[in-house]
Amino acid sequence: MRSRAAEGARRSASGAGSGREEEEEAVMAAGHGPRICEGECAVLKRGDVFKAVAVLRRRKIIFEKQWFYLDNAIGHVYGTTFEVTSGGNLQPRREVEETTTETKEAGTDNRNIVDDGKSQKLTHDDIKALKDKGIKGQEIVQQLIENSTTFRDKTEFAQDKYIKKKKKKYDAVITIVKPSTRILSTMYYAREPGKINHLRYDTLAQMLTLGNIRAGNKMIVMETCAGLVVGAVMERMGGYGSIIQMYPGGGPVRAATSCFGFPKHFFSNLHEFPLSKVDSLLSGTFSTEMLPSEFEDNALVEEESNGLVDEKQTSVQETEEESITATAMEVNQTEEQEKMDINAEDIEFKDNKEKDNKENVREKQRKQWERRKKLIEAAALLTEKNADGLIVASKFHPTPLLLSLLEFVAPSRPFVVYCQYKEPLLECYTKLRERGGVINLKLSETWLRNYQVLPDRSHPKLTMSGGGGYLLSGITVVLDKGKSDSSNLEALKMEEPSSKRCKVQDLQC
Amino acid sequence: MSFIEYGDTIKDGDTAIVFLGHESMFPVKVQHGTVTQTKYGVIRHSMDLIGKKYGSKVTCSKGGWVFILHPTPELWTMNLPHRTQILYSTDISIITMMLELKPGSIVCESGTGSGSLSHALIRTVAPTGHLYTVEFHQQRAEKAREEFREHGVEHLVTVTNQDICKNGFGVSNIADAVFLDIPSPWEAIGHAKAALKAEGGRICSFSPCIEQVQRTCLAMEEYGFTEINTLEILLRVYNVRTISLQIPDLGKAAEDNSSAGFDSSNPSNQGSPCTNLQQGAVQFKSGVPQREMVGHTGYLTFATKSLF
Repeated sequence: MRSRAAEGARRSASGAGSGREEEEEAVMAAGHGPRICEGECAVLKRGDVFKAVAVLRRRKIIFEKQWFYLDNAIGHVYGTTFEVTSGGNLQPRREVEETTTETKEAGTDNRNIVDDGKSQKLTHDDIKALKDKGIKGQEIVQQLIENSTTFRDKTEFAQDKYIKKKKKKYDAVITIVKPSTRILSTMYYAREPGKINHLRYDTLAQMLTLGNIRAGNKMIVMETCAGLVVGAVMERMGGYGSIIQMYPGGGPVRAATSCFGFPKHFFSNLHEFPLSKVDSLLSGTFSTEMLPSEFEDNALVEEESNGLVDEKQTSVQETEEESITATAMEVNQTEEQEKMDINAEDIEFKDNKEKDNKENVREKQRKQWERRKKLIEAAALLTEKNADGLIVASKFHPTPLLLSLLEFVAPSRPFVVYCQYKEPLLECYTKLRERGGVINLKLSETWLRNYQVLPDRSHPKLTMSGGGGYLLSGITVVLDKGKSDSSNLEALKMEEPSSKRCKVQDLQC
Repeated sequence: MSFIEYGDTIKDGDTAIVFLGHESMFPVKVQHGTVTQTKYGVIRHSMDLIGKKYGSKVTCSKGGWVFILHPTPELWTMNLPHRTQILYSTDISIITMMLELKPGSIVCESGTGSGSLSHALIRTVAPTGHLYTVEFHQQRAEKAREEFREHGVEHLVTVTNQDICKNGFGVSNIADAVFLDIPSPWEAIGHAKAALKAEGGRICSFSPCIEQVQRTCLAMEEYGFTEINTLEILLRVYNVRTISLQIPDLGKAAEDNSSAGFDSSNPSNQGSPCTNLQQGAVQFKSGVPQREMVGHTGYLTFATKSLF
């Protein structure tokens, strides 16, 4: 990472450059926040649409039907807004100039507005020609207004709406922001809800609070949400304390985790433990020698495919949304990129083939040894059975996960289970009651409603999310194992409201 | 114990939560020689609490028992002495995430009120962050200070007794986030902007009425805030119940009832729906919404102070 001072020095050393450079300098001096660095992960924002990208030089990015390079953005402060200019360059925009339409003429109602499809005097080709000439979006919007015969007859509100709509289409600016749980969870929920089990961002927010996630905790996290939940927990813990990520299959998925751009030391206290070893750990028969042989290879593949920002995954989704031409461009682009990569690798490979082979073996052994060491560490952390909380958000049935993983949690600690569906949590609730050792069980769901707030036009937004999943939360207590049956019954009686009490007794018969 | 660090055993001076069952609980200050009365009998602190593990079952004098829980901001919110209307955990959760709070964040808050949100904010920004909270009511400001001291978090919070709308937060260019829960937030937007870092930050305003929201949004726009977004979050809690619905008598012969008709018992789905033939009823598990729920707490308006 380039330090701020060094950056300044480099800039001033470049001396009296062109006018544009000076302007850039002024823009860059305005902020003191963290800067966009090569190799880091950043989030592009246009309106309400987000996309996470790796900041790399000479890499074509396609976002919201526009293509550009991020080269010019490097060195700018996060939060800077850019305009896409010809050739895919990004030019920082200092302020959003208001295009105030001077004619404040407006109609009062739409009784005389007829939809004849001829109100816009500019044809499709005219607009395309304007765009091809490289005319600024703002000016195109102005032209559209001037060439609309009905614009003046529209009400003031309708004019406002018209301008906003056109601006959204033609006046494209992109803001580059620093990743955070807020941004990434909103992004994932909008773009790839299937990858995070439809966990809506407000539900994730509840989990972090109900789980009392904070610096210094020792947390157990079991998720299949692309690493988003682990990332959210890591952000709230700020590198203090430890996290043990339980994973199914060959290795933990951390595609979303890597988007956060956490400093390296955050990862030194992030441990992982395979779910398939939980049973042996609980029964005391756990040994690292018993690792399945495919574990090593799988983990390697997984790690590679989870490289920064899961570029491939996002671009696949992008192409689905983009127009056909954009798709073609994207495909060409990636193919070219890959070809180049392969060629470069080939040459290198031939040169160092023998050396590589030896080193490969050594490297493999080293990695294997390291993985085993990490596994032993994670196992040791778990067997202390004093974790400060448990977070579960996966595609699996929650009941077996809870019944096993709660064993590792200390008493008087919160736990939260997410499930996309309510029914498995009903069963989980019942099973936890039978097990005992938990109190204050609560099954809940949150609703989120967004509002449009404008003078004389405030109302809830037209559409809202139908479902963001369900949560089952509770607090662990000391489980007295001696007389667990009778105490469970007592506990049930104590927590159940009277109407349920008789039914529970019915069931026991 | 502390509100920002877990401890295993209950110590003299701790604030602990006595859990009586079914959301019935209260906070207690643990002190040698003190006793606490519950409906299950007396708890003697020296014998029953001090030295015990958090989360253990404590038997009271009448033979009944309670659980003693480690305090958390969420439990505190449910049990704190109200001096004002408070924010509950559902709103607090989304506020914390949308303000992008994490360890090290500097937050400004007004008013302090009963300190429900304050405890959650301190928890999140600890150990390196700080909360500057402003309360214009002197007694409430005093009480908040006292609570923060008792809860071992006083080093993470500064309580100022002044009028936010007139005097601001008393700090400038240091905050990552500002939260406003006051009757006229639009009068404090300028002060909020001044408190935020030069490079930008996030703001949130909580208001029960839409008219307040409108004025606040206008003020935010005027002061150059971007990404202005108003939302509302509602919590639905479900009671888990075993429901039994009677099968209507359509005049069918008794032996037919079990096999014919609709498939009320699904063998693959053990546990949940099952037919009780004697009574002619079907039982199933359901998450039943509470008869009454909180329909509105307040609108939350978020915005970003941008660079330029």
